[in-house]
This record gives sequence, structure tokens and C-alpha cells, in this order.
Amino acid sequence: MEKISGSQAIIRCLQEEGIKTIFGFPGGAVIDLFDALMDSDITNVLVRHEQGAVHAADGLARVTGEVGVALLTSGPGATNGVTAIATAYMDSIPLVILTGQVPTPLIGNDAFQEVDIVGITRPCTKHNYLVKDAKDLVSTLREAFHIARTGRPGPVLVDLPKDVVAKMVDFPEKKPIRMQNYQPTYEPHPGQIEKACKKILKAKNPVLYVGGGVILSNANEELTELARKLNMPVTMTLMGLGGFPGSDPLSMGMLGMHGSYTANMAVANSDLLIAVGARFDDRVTGRLDAFAPHATIIHIDIDPTSISKNVKVDIPIVADCKHALTAMNAWFNNSSDFNREQVAASHEPWLATIGEWTKKHPMGYLDEGDIIKPQYVIQKLDELTHGDAIITTEVGQNQMWAAQFYKFNKPRQWATSGGLGTMGYGLPAAIGAKMAFPEKTVIDVAGDGSIQMNIQELATAKQYKCPVKIAILNNNYLGMVRQWQELFYNKRYAGTVMEVTPDFVMLAQAYGAVGLRATKKSEVEAVIKEALATDNTVIMDFVIAREECVFPMVPAGKATTEMLLV
Amino acid sequence: MKHTISVLLQNKPGVLSRVTGLFSGRGFNIESLSVAETLEPSISCLTLVTRGDEAIIEQITKQLHKLIDVIKVTDISDSEYVEREMVLIRVKAEAQTRAEVLRVIDIFRGKVVDVSPKSYAVEVTGSASKVQAIIDILKPIGIQEIVRTGTIAMARASKK
Ligand SMILES: Cc1ncc(C[n+]2csc(CCOP(=O)(O)OP(=O)(O)O)c2C)c(N)n1
Ligand SMILES: [Mg+2]
Repeated sequence: MEKISGSQAIIRCLQEEGIKTIFGFPGGAVIDLFDALMDSDITNVLVRHEQGAVHAADGLARVTGEVGVALLTSGPGATNGVTAIATAYMDSIPLVILTGQVPTPLIGNDAFQEVDIVGITRPCTKHNYLVKDAKDLVSTLREAFHIARTGRPGPVLVDLPKDVVAKMVDFPEKKPIRMQNYQPTYEPHPGQIEKACKKILKAKNPVLYVGGGVILSNANEELTELARKLNMPVTMTLMGLGGFPGSDPLSMGMLGMHGSYTANMAVANSDLLIAVGARFDDRVTGRLDAFAPHATIIHIDIDPTSISKNVKVDIPIVADCKHALTAMNAWFNNSSDFNREQVAASHEPWLATIGEWTKKHPMGYLDEGDIIKPQYVIQKLDELTHGDAIITTEVGQNQMWAAQFYKFNKPRQWATSGGLGTMGYGLPAAIGAKMAFPEKTVIDVAGDGSIQMNIQELATAKQYKCPVKIAILNNNYLGMVRQWQELFYNKRYAGTVMEVTPDFVMLAQAYGAVGLRATKKSEVEAVIKEALATDNTVIMDFVIAREECVFPMVPAGKATTEMLLV
Repeated sequence: MKHTISVLLQNKPGVLSRVTGLFSGRGFNIESLSVAETLEPSISCLTLVTRGDEAIIEQITKQLHKLIDVIKVTDISDSEYVEREMVLIRVKAEAQTRAEVLRVIDIFRGKVVDVSPKSYAVEVTGSASKVQAIIDILKPIGIQEIVRTGTIAMARASKK
């Protein structure tokens, strides 16, 4: 067999997996790989910070459904990536992170730029590897991609000592991967499907509670079919937005801490909760004993550990969401007990109650003359992009307003750090998304605090002609924390007032990007239009009502019915 | 409730730390843990004793199973099983207590494995409670050092 270098083999593995773009930052331990990449057809995007590389790969993965790849050097390169790896892990995003490592004879000697990155990332990767022997290189990489994208997806890190990458290796043909010890369950148990479907037929007040698993398994159509077939209302988690059309009359929007009044009331009064690819996170459930207290719970998830972890489940279904929903739809289609018109009609009183809740407390905000309300900015973004943009976010109030007021009608147009809540996620993620879909409008909805965490990636956006748009909802505060201080800490704004903030318009210009500012409501539309028409990276600096809060809000540890409202 | 869980895992570097990291990271407790190669050298068997209500034990077994390097997880205490632990005890054995020590060892079917003018090293095997019992009895005489292996366990074969 013809031998090739380890670096060549790695590149061939990437090509085999269909990888066209990776994100990286070089250093001594990965010079060989960077060198080899130069001659390949893979675009190696040079970021400005390793956290940015992994977030960008993550953004690409979320909008495409493919595995994102990042390449970091050993030591500080690898540790700089850790926050972003943990971000992907918490949201089950498929990534392969390649890190350089010192040569094998030096491992364990505190060599220059040596860290035990496999040890460090063990709790925040789905799996990780140190390749000590060049003959394992190809099989390890193939396994890494397999693990990253199958089952409940997640980041997989492969640590590559410099001498291993330099060795000559065989490149055997790829065979289907079968791992004795890793066989995720895709197919649902037919008995459980039947049990669930029969239960659904008996329910008077059912609610579909949709999480990120629906997006990850591309099950939005099956879910939509089920909801419409049975005329059942749907609520989504932060990660599940787009899993069901946000403009559909059956959509109640998001649930949980900053969810809609309607969604939280519906869950609290439901007699059947059908959780699909969701994990009963504390931001969703609030006080556990008051969460869906009257409901029988059906839970579909590919990860058995998610089931009955926080909330006791009555009918567990371990399966891929798409497979399980397909089986449920088929069951209803073939069941003589199911009369579509009759079931739909039987849910009308429930939908009417839900409609009343919405009428009583719709999602909204108080308009205050010419002051810019952040919610208005998001509504305008939605309107002017026809709800069709890819939206990434930073973390904090900006993120919640984006989630509440942009109508996500399709999956994979939304990339936000849900589980970890990582400030600094949005800009690099937007770059990753834009690299994948250059023809689409990609907007990072940002806070003035978060944007500074990875602002350096403006240079990456410029270098790769990646005209992402950044909408800063500038309250000159670490707003979400300030909101908690306003509501629960007697307005003592400890550490949340940023006395020095850069002039974002000038900052954009310094990077060769365009900076625009709106200080009045009447200027918002023109700024957005100009940004969208500009073929360059643009920062829109929206100076918003400083002390606007995100409502509804369920205070931490309270029941989800105890909402603070506008 | 105490549970004895048996885990088959890949015999590779770092695998044990995945298991212990899982326990510390998720706040599960480990009372004892013992691990060694199986007949198949590429696979290790790990026995761990832990405590928790049903929901916690369910999480523990599921989380263990989720680790890629874990092949099989069995909650042995779900059915009939045998468990053994071995302890080495160095106990003070001077003129006036030597006979007493030997008598205790005999009752517990232990063995003296090392002798010095002032002490015996004793080996005892049995259930964790038997091991605890001999420790409790020898304590007043004067235990100088003990080393326990932690429990290992095996499900009983079906009687059919
Ligand atoms: C890396 C990181 N550090 C700290 C936090 C805690 N935190 C959550 S929201 C927030 C404020 C964010 O401020 P800004 O980006 O201005 O957004 P705003 O809430 O004002 O919209 C902070 C500090 C976090 N989520 N991530
Ligand atoms: Mg702010």
C-alpha cells in the first residue's frame, strides 16, 4: 500500500467526510498540518483567537447539520478552545477538534506548550483521543467523525502529537464503522410508540414541548405533521426554535424563564406533555414540583440519560426524534381509533383557552416615543429580512429578545449558546454560518458586553470577505445581570456598569468594516436597510432604552406560573 | 440503598479517569472501586459500590453506559450475587495478645501472612460486612495498618 504522511492522511480523512472549510490557528505543533492544508482544496480559515475557531466551526455545524472542524495548536491554543468546546458539548453540536500535541517522547515532561488537553476536555467532549501511534491515526479520525455526528451529537477532540503526524502511514479504504461499545438507539420500541399514541388520543389538554433534538435530527417536518394532524399546541425551548414554524397558529413560542405567558400557562395546565428532544433544563422547568403538575409525560430522546434525569417520565421512548415521530405519524395514519376531525375538534376548547391566555398577556413591550426599544429592533430585523436570515446571538438580554421577537419558521436559521450561555459566541458563529451559506443574510444579535469578548473576529470576517451583520443592542450595561440586580438585589449594580465602552462605529471602521448608529426609533429602519444593502461586515450600534428588562420572567427557583410580566 | 455495579470497559489509558470523573463531576459517590483485566486482556472489569435512591442509581448506570469506552454495565445487586472483599490487617500481637489474635483469625477463617515479634499481618476474605466485623473486633487489640481491596462481585448463575 502506498504510504502518505500523517498530515496528508488527516486531510484525506477530512475530505472523505466532505469537509470544505475548517477554522484554525497555527503554532509549532501543527505547522505540518497547516503546511499540508495549503495544498489542499480545504479552506483553512485563520481566526484571531482559538475560541473563535471552535465557535465558528460550531456555527457552521448548527446551520448545516454537518460536522464542524477546528484545528488548534498545543498548549494555550488548545486551552483557548475549551470554552467553545464546552459550549458545543452543552448544546450537542457535532464537532471534531484537532489539537496539536508535543512529540510523544516529550509527553508528560512539562514540555514547551504541553497540556493534557485530553484530560482537560474529558468532561466537556462526547469523547476524545490522544493518538500515540501513527498506525491508529486514520481509524481514530474516522471514529471521531462517526461519534461526533451519530447518536446524540457532540464535540470529539483528537490530540495529535507532532511526531505522529509526521510519520508515514497507510490509508486503508473506509469501511462502515461498527463499534461494539457504541450503538445509539435510533429506532423506537413499537410498544412504546403505541402506548404513547393511545395516551395522546385520550388527552384533552396536550402540549408538544420541542427541544434542540428536533433540530439535530432534522425532524421538523415530522413534528409539524404530528402537531397539525392532532391539532396540538407546540412550545419550543431556546434550542428548539425553528423546530416548528413560529408563525403557525399552533405555536405558543418559547417556554421557560423568558418564555411566553401562554406557553408556561399551557404547560402548567396540560394533562399530557410530549417532550421531543428536550431535556427538562432548569431554565425550562423552574421549580420542579410545580412543572406540568397534572401532566402525564411522554419523552422522546436518543440519550437515555436525559430521560427521567430531572423529571420522572411516564412513557419513555429512546430513539432518534425523526424516527420516533415518523413511527407515531404512521401509527395514527393506520389506526382505526384515530379520527382526525374528531380529535382536532376535541382540542378546540383547549386551543380556545390558550388563545385567551395570549389575549390576556401577549408577547409585547411598552413603546416609549422615539426611544429605541430592543424588541422593536428585533421585530424590524425580522420584517426586513422576511424572517429568513440566519440569526446568531451573544448572551444576555439581547439573546432573549432575539429568541422572543424573531419569528423562526425554519430549523437551522438560529444559532445561540443555550446550555452554557457563552458570551462571545455570536460573532464567530455568524462567521461560521456565513462561510457555509455565503448567499444568506447572517446577523449576530449582540450585547455591548458580549461583543467585546470575541470582537477580534471582525478581522477574520474582513479577511474572508464574510459580510456578517452585527446588531448591537447597546444598553451600556451587562444588561441581563443588571436586570437580576434591579429585580432581586435592590438595584445595586455591582460590576454591571461598563464605564468605558468603545465607540463601535469607529471600532468597525478600524477593522475596515462599516459602522452605523441609531439613537432614535425613527432611525432604526434606515440603519438596518443600509446594513443589509452593504456588501461588507457591518456593525449596527443601536443605543437602546438602557434599563429595559426581559419579560416575562420566571425568577430562578419559582414555579413557571409565577411570571413577572411587562 | 447500597448498589454494587459491575462495568466492563476498554482496557486503555484514561478510561478509569472517565469513570471517576463522571462520579465526581455529577456528585455521585463511590464507596469502593476495584478494577482489573478480564480473561480478554483488552477488556477490564470494574466493580464499584455506590449508594443512592432508585433515580440516582438509574442515572449512574445510564451515565456509565454513555461513556464510549464502556461496554457493559450491570447493577449486580438487582439479582442474586456473591461479593467478596479482601483485607490485609497488621495487628499488634505481643505475648499477652498473640493467642487471642490467632483465635479471632481462626474464627474468621483468616490467614497469617507475615509475622514479626510484635505483630501479625492477617489476610481475611469475605463480604464487606465480614471484613468490617473482623476490623471491629481487632481494633481494641491494636490495628497498626489496614489495606482493603474494595468489593468485587459476580452474579450467581441461574439455578435452572
Ligand atoms: C463568558 C461569560 N461570562 C459571564 C457571563 C454572565 N452573563 C450572562 S449575561 C451577561 C451580560 C451580558 O451583557 P451584554 O452582552 O451587554 O448583553 P445584555 O444583557 O446587556 O443584552 C453576563 C455577564 C456569561 N454568560 N458568559
Ligand atoms: Mg448590554
